[in-house]
Amino acid sequence: MPPTAGSGGLGAILGRVIPWFFVGLFLLFVAAFLVAPTIVLMVQAVTGDHGFTLSYLASLGDYQYRVAFQNSIILASASALVGLIFGALIAHAILQPGAPGWLRSIVTSFSAVSSNFAGVPLAFAFISTLGALGFVTVLLKHVGINIYAMGFSLYSLSGLTLTFSYFQIPLMLIVITPAIEGLRVQWREASDGLGATSAQYWRLIGLPILLPSLLAAFLLLFGSAFSAYATPYALTNGNIQLLTIDISNVLSGNVMSDPQIGAALSAGMILVMALVLVVYSLLSARTAKWKR
Amino acid sequence: MSATTSAVSVPTGATRVRKPRLGLSSTIILILAAIFFLVPLIMTGIFSLWEGGNTYGFSAYVLMLHTSGFWYSFFLSLRLAVETILLSFVLLVPAMIFVHLKAPQLRPLFEFISTLPFVIPAIALIDGLTTLYTGPSWLISTPNYLVIPYFFLALPYGFRALDVGLMTLDVKTLTEAGQSLGAGWGRIIFLLLLPNLTTALIGATLLTLTIVMGEFTFASVLLFHTFAVFINDTGQNAITEAAALSLFSFVITWLFMLGVLLTGRRNAATVGGAH
Repeated sequence: MPPTAGSGGLGAILGRVIPWFFVGLFLLFVAAFLVAPTIVLMVQAVTGDHGFTLSYLASLGDYQYRVAFQNSIILASASALVGLIFGALIAHAILQPGAPGWLRSIVTSFSAVSSNFAGVPLAFAFISTLGALGFVTVLLKHVGINIYAMGFSLYSLSGLTLTFSYFQIPLMLIVITPAIEGLRVQWREASDGLGATSAQYWRLIGLPILLPSLLAAFLLLFGSAFSAYATPYALTNGNIQLLTIDISNVLSGNVMSDPQIGAALSAGMILVMALVLVVYSLLSARTAKWKR
Repeated sequence: MSATTSAVSVPTGATRVRKPRLGLSSTIILILAAIFFLVPLIMTGIFSLWEGGNTYGFSAYVLMLHTSGFWYSFFLSLRLAVETILLSFVLLVPAMIFVHLKAPQLRPLFEFISTLPFVIPAIALIDGLTTLYTGPSWLISTPNYLVIPYFFLALPYGFRALDVGLMTLDVKTLTEAGQSLGAGWGRIIFLLLLPNLTTALIGATLLTLTIVMGEFTFASVLLFHTFAVFINDTGQNAITEAAALSLFSFVITWLFMLGVLLTGRRNAATVGGAH
């Protein structure tokens, strides 16, 4: 007779305690290492030498931090927009009935890889290509086009946007494919049958149906770029004004700032991300309703 | 007989010709996409072979393999990835199983928790962790400390994979059957539930491996020399070696993600990790 089968007794008690032990352990871990650090940041952001103060939050309005906020939001929006447009176009192209199956699986697998290919290696891939000494930069210079003289720099917001597109476009492709697949062939046929042009179909039927999914995807992409640290750091060696870079500069003591400034910046980022997620889940609930 | 076969095969051939072709605009978009995505990889490849002037060769790769930092950081990242996966197996897997089984009312809470790593950016989390924990030194002074933030980095994927896996399994019936046969929790989890969750777990495991191998933010701020930190340091003075390392890193990502795709979980390979 197996020991646990003993009714009542130790086995039954263990059987009731073990599940709650593991659930409790997980929740305790989350509370200690995810929730508590976040709360500490929030508290630190409003605590000075003499207790409660809003001075650190107010100092986020200083020119330096305002620029960082602006840059982060511009970079996140621009790269999300580029990802949104090209990701959707590529997804639409491979979902055409004429697209061969092998092409579809290559694009899908490559998206899975490149949406996870980011950070330091991605930065060096673009430095090798479009950096000041990158091959494409040098090649273009040979044919008389000096892109750096024309105002492009890989180490600026436009360069970062281009680099971010390398993971934003595949991310969009993965996120939006189910929504595009959800567009019924019959809708297109009905619209064609009634004499509508392709443009009319997209303007009046396709895009309005996709709109909530597109907005949700935009927010997801925005969030992934907004909190990105590794790629911009490796690309610019920390010499660009972004929220994530500023926080790390405070943390590593590279700039003379109070730790409360870092906490206030972090709290600000969390606030923006929370807002993004709330709107995202509202939109997702809407698309889910549509699909039913 | 042969005449009939050929007579039948002609119409099939004809329908194949009539099959819709890919439109011009779609073709152009796909060609542009191929250029955008392949050129940086090809250029990185060429750059990694450049030996100055007009000479090309494999010296960057040879040098890469002979640098002690390469092997140290590579195995450190690999070890941290394995530790992160083990921690997920101890903390997340049993908790998820019991929530599905005993406390479905807690599932929304778990779902909420699994979105928190998205809301709290890595750099903010590390800010909070360093503010809150200044000791004990056995915890914070070894690279193993990184396993804690890595666990949260991997949490959304682990949660999603397990949640989907457990939803499709009839956990309750399986467990009751096990219990009526006298099996304890250990046996039910190890012999009954885990084997049925294999695909879900392999997908989540490979994704965790990919994310941890490329993670830079936590390690760099906490000054631990993981693989991504090593690549970045190399890039400060040896750009061709950094290109070789970047390509190597891409191949690793490729192999792991191929594994994720081959295990057949299309949805496991969603939102990317450490950007």
